[in-house]
Formats: sequence, structure tokens, C-alpha cells
Amino acid sequence: MRKMNMYNVKRFGKSALLHASIYVLAFITIVPFIWMILTSFKDMGDIFAYPPKWLPEKIQWNNYVRAFEAAPFGRYYLNSLFVASVVTLGQLITCSMAAYAFARLKFWGRDVLFYIFLGTMMIPYQVTMIPSFMVLYWLGWIDSYQAMIVPGLASAFGTFLLRQFFMTIPRELEEAAYIDGCSKFRVLWQIILPLSKPALATLAIFTFMGTFNDFIWALIVVNSEHLRTVQLGLAVFRDRYITDWDLLMAGSVMATMPILMVFFFAQKYFIKGITLSGIKG
Amino acid sequence: MPGSSQKQYHAKQNRRNFITGLLFLSPTLVIFSMFILFPVFFSFYLSFHKWNMFSSSHAFVGLANYQRLLTDPEFWMVLKQTVMYTLGTVPLNMIIALFLAIALNKQIKGKRFLRTAFFTPVIISPVAAALIWRWIYDPNFGLLNYATGIFGIPPVNWLNDSRAAMIALILMGVWKTLGVNMILFSAGLQGIPDTYYEAAEIDGAGRWSKFWNITVPMLTPTTFFIMIMSMISSFQVFDIVYVLTSGGPMGSTKVMVFYIYEYAFKFFEMGYASAVAYLFFAMLAVLTLLQVKYMRSRSGYEAL
Repeated sequence: MRKMNMYNVKRFGKSALLHASIYVLAFITIVPFIWMILTSFKDMGDIFAYPPKWLPEKIQWNNYVRAFEAAPFGRYYLNSLFVASVVTLGQLITCSMAAYAFARLKFWGRDVLFYIFLGTMMIPYQVTMIPSFMVLYWLGWIDSYQAMIVPGLASAFGTFLLRQFFMTIPRELEEAAYIDGCSKFRVLWQIILPLSKPALATLAIFTFMGTFNDFIWALIVVNSEHLRTVQLGLAVFRDRYITDWDLLMAGSVMATMPILMVFFFAQKYFIKGITLSGIKG
Repeated sequence: MPGSSQKQYHAKQNRRNFITGLLFLSPTLVIFSMFILFPVFFSFYLSFHKWNMFSSSHAFVGLANYQRLLTDPEFWMVLKQTVMYTLGTVPLNMIIALFLAIALNKQIKGKRFLRTAFFTPVIISPVAAALIWRWIYDPNFGLLNYATGIFGIPPVNWLNDSRAAMIALILMGVWKTLGVNMILFSAGLQGIPDTYYEAAEIDGAGRWSKFWNITVPMLTPTTFFIMIMSMISSFQVFDIVYVLTSGGPMGSTKVMVFYIYEYAFKFFEMGYASAVAYLFFAMLAVLTLLQVKYMRSRSGYEAL
């Protein structure tokens, strides 16, 4: 009897230790977010209080108004949403077409092309970055929406992801459609795509997040204020308001909120995408 | 002649299939040729030229760009710092991620919340994340110095001290990418059949014995994949460096991509920057190959 109790106590102790350590780690991980949100509502007195004050004396909604006055965040937002939406939509189209060709059509050179596609995923973007910039320069597209959008309109990762999914769809459905005289395009559009919603959702979310969060490409190809994305705008904002933490944190909240919202509602697609690709966000 | 018409029919069919295939691939092929295939070859070509973006002069210089970078002390400093960042983030990240994955695989309360908490830094923009950390690292009013102060550790000027800045960058890097590796380790753990553990328990294996003799070897392919992917991505770090430290103080956090960025898009020395990019590419490729070879020879796993 006593031995049993000892065993239980030890087990409980171990479990408690595990819970404690993992919750401490989780706390450390999310503190920066909490701190960002709290800071964005503080006045300067609260911000520069030492020891730090967790809660603001009075909630300063005004910080957000001032951030909007200090930089055209509305415009930045529209730019980011526009670029990310067009790239996402474009990739859904180009990737599903290419994936269909690789998964279902039989033609000369298909497999070689597919391996070249896979190979391009290994190329680091630093290698292609400079000539891509030059291509855009020759096209006269530097400092334009096209410069941010067009290079993102195709994706090896997206093609691969959709191809793997298409391969799992039974062919019988399509064969019946072909007998009825359907074109290949209609089969893709009316049979394959409706069955591929989870894969399409994963791709859409990943592409949207990647484009919305992109910084380096926008930094390289865009100059004008009216074309800046949220990320680029925020980086410029940092240079101008170096220690105005109220404004900087309000800006950061704005730059993270859309993706956080998508994340909380569609978490499983994020996890799926990560497991499939192993890429960093 | 039925045979020849059948042949003709097949030839026609093949041609039609080829055209249909290309049609479906064409949007992707056009974009890829412009922004991946052409660039891969052209940057190689560029790396043997002195090419200033905006003057029309470009001359073949042979290996001069490569010679220049090998004799540039800044290049070696940047390489060293990139390696330091990688060695600082990857092992730490993987150890914590493995711990989290194992813990989350157990009977634990609030799994969903915990998973969300650890994953959130992954999805937010690096720019905003780096701004938050700039505020946390603030020497006078920052949260970190306050927290370490509670334990009696003297305040550190995190971002303005050339030794501390790299540590600050590493800590933030680990925080930002921990969730990815946690998810990948979780997926790997779920792939280990329960029967292995059950059999080991019957044989009287303890917790550690099970960990070392089942979990670790079974997880080898996952671990290996994570290691390669993490090394590649930490070699390519840029956004957080740009916003957190801008490569400073005194160049102490300048990493490879930052160096390429500066030469290409601040000084517009496209030839030199391409040479650096290509050397960088070669290093990544060699690193990956060596790891693949090492793992194959050691474990016999077909990890990749």
C-alpha cells in the first residue's frame, strides 16, 4: 500500500515538473506578443516606467490613430492585401494546372521536367535574386506592383504539393467524364479541384502568409511610398521613430493581426503545410 | 495499311498530348524561365564579370570577383558570423523542439493551447517580430534586462554590444523557428509504432532506455531532415537581422545574405555580389551533401 503511494507521488511529481517546465516555456514564448499588445496601448509614462508596468494606466487607443497619421498604414495595408491576394490566386491557378499535367497527362519529357522542378526547390533565393531584379529592371517594372507580384506567380512547392494530392484522387471519376466528352480543362476545373479543397486551402494559406510577410523582395524592388507593403512600411517606420515604442508597437500589432487571425481559424492547414514542406514560415 | 495508319494515329496522339501538357505547364514555365532558370545561369555568368547595374560597362574579369572575395577580410568575418549564428540556433532549437514534441506527445493538459503558443512566432512577420524584440532588448526599459535583473544578473546592452548582439540575434532566431521543428518532430514521433514501446516495456526497459534505444534511432530520418532544413534556413537569415541590428554594432551581426544584399542593392556591384551568392550556394550544397553521406554511412537510413 505504502509502496503504491510512493509510486503515485513520484509519478505526480514528474508530471507536475513536466507541466511546469512546458508552461514556463510557453509563457516565455508568448510574452513578446502580450508585451507588444500591452505596449501599443500605453502612454509614454507607462512605457518608460521602471520596473516595467504590465497594464496601461489608461488605454491609449490614440496610439493607433497617431500611427495612422505618422505613416499611411491604410495604404500599406491595401498594398499588402492586394499583392498577397493576387499572388495567392495566381499560384492556385498556375500550380493546379502544372500539378494536373504532372499528375495525369502523359507526354514526352514530363518526368525530366518534374525532376527539374523539384531541383529548383533546392536553389537558395540569393542566387536568383540579383538576375531577377535585373529582369524586372529590363522590363521597366522596378518600383511597381508587377515587380512584387509576377515573380511569385508560380511555385515549385505549390505544384509539388498539389500534384501529390491529385495523385490520391481515383481516376474512375475522370474517365467517366472523358467518355461524356469533357475536355481536360473541364475535368480539372469541375472534378479534380472540387475534390482538392484541403490541399488548395493549405497552399492558399501558405502563399498568402509568405507574401504578406515578405520583406526582402519588397525592400529590393520597391521605392515609392505609395507602393510600400505593411512590412516595408514598418521597417521604414522603425528608422524614423526609433524609440517611439507606442507607435512602433501599434504598427507591429497591425502588421501581425491579419495573419494571426487566419492562423487561429485555420491552424490545421498551417500544421499540414509545415509537415509537408518543412519550410520555415 | 492499317499498321501505318495506326502509327500515324499514335504519332498524332503523342504530339497532341505533348501540346496539351505544355499548355497546362505554360504559365509556370514562363515564370520559372524568367525568375529561376535564367537567373541561375545568368548569376553564374555575372560572377565572372564586373557589372555595374546602371552604367552600361560590363567587362569579363575571369576569377577576379572570386579572388577579391577570398581576400576580403569582411567576407571572412561575415562567413564566420553566419556560421556562428547557425551553430548558435540550430542545436539549441532542435533540443528544445524535441523536448516540446515529446512532452506534447504525452498526457498533458492544454495541448491545443500549448501547440498554438509555440507555433505563433513562426507565422508572424519577421519585421514585426524583430521590432518587438528590439523593444524587449532595450537596455534601459527592456523586459529582458528587467527579468534577468530579478536574478541578480547585471543589465546588458544587448543590441549595442558587439558580443551580446549575436546572442540576442540567436535567441530571437530560436524563438522564431522553434514551432516549425516542434511540429516536424511531432510528426516523426507519431510515426513510431506503439508496439515498439510496448515490447520494450515487456522486456523491462525504463524511460531512458526507451528514449535512447527506440525514440532516438527511429527519429533519425526526421532529425536529419530537420537539421539540414534548419541549417539551410539559418544560413539564409536576413529579415530579422535587418530590423533587429541592421548588421551592427560595427558589423558584428552582418551575415551572408546581408553582405550580398549590400553589394548588390546598395553598391550595385552585381558581378561581385553574384560571385558571393554562388560561392554561398556551393557551400550550402556541399554542406548538405556531406551530411547526407555521413548519415548514410552511419545509420544506413535512406533519409533523403
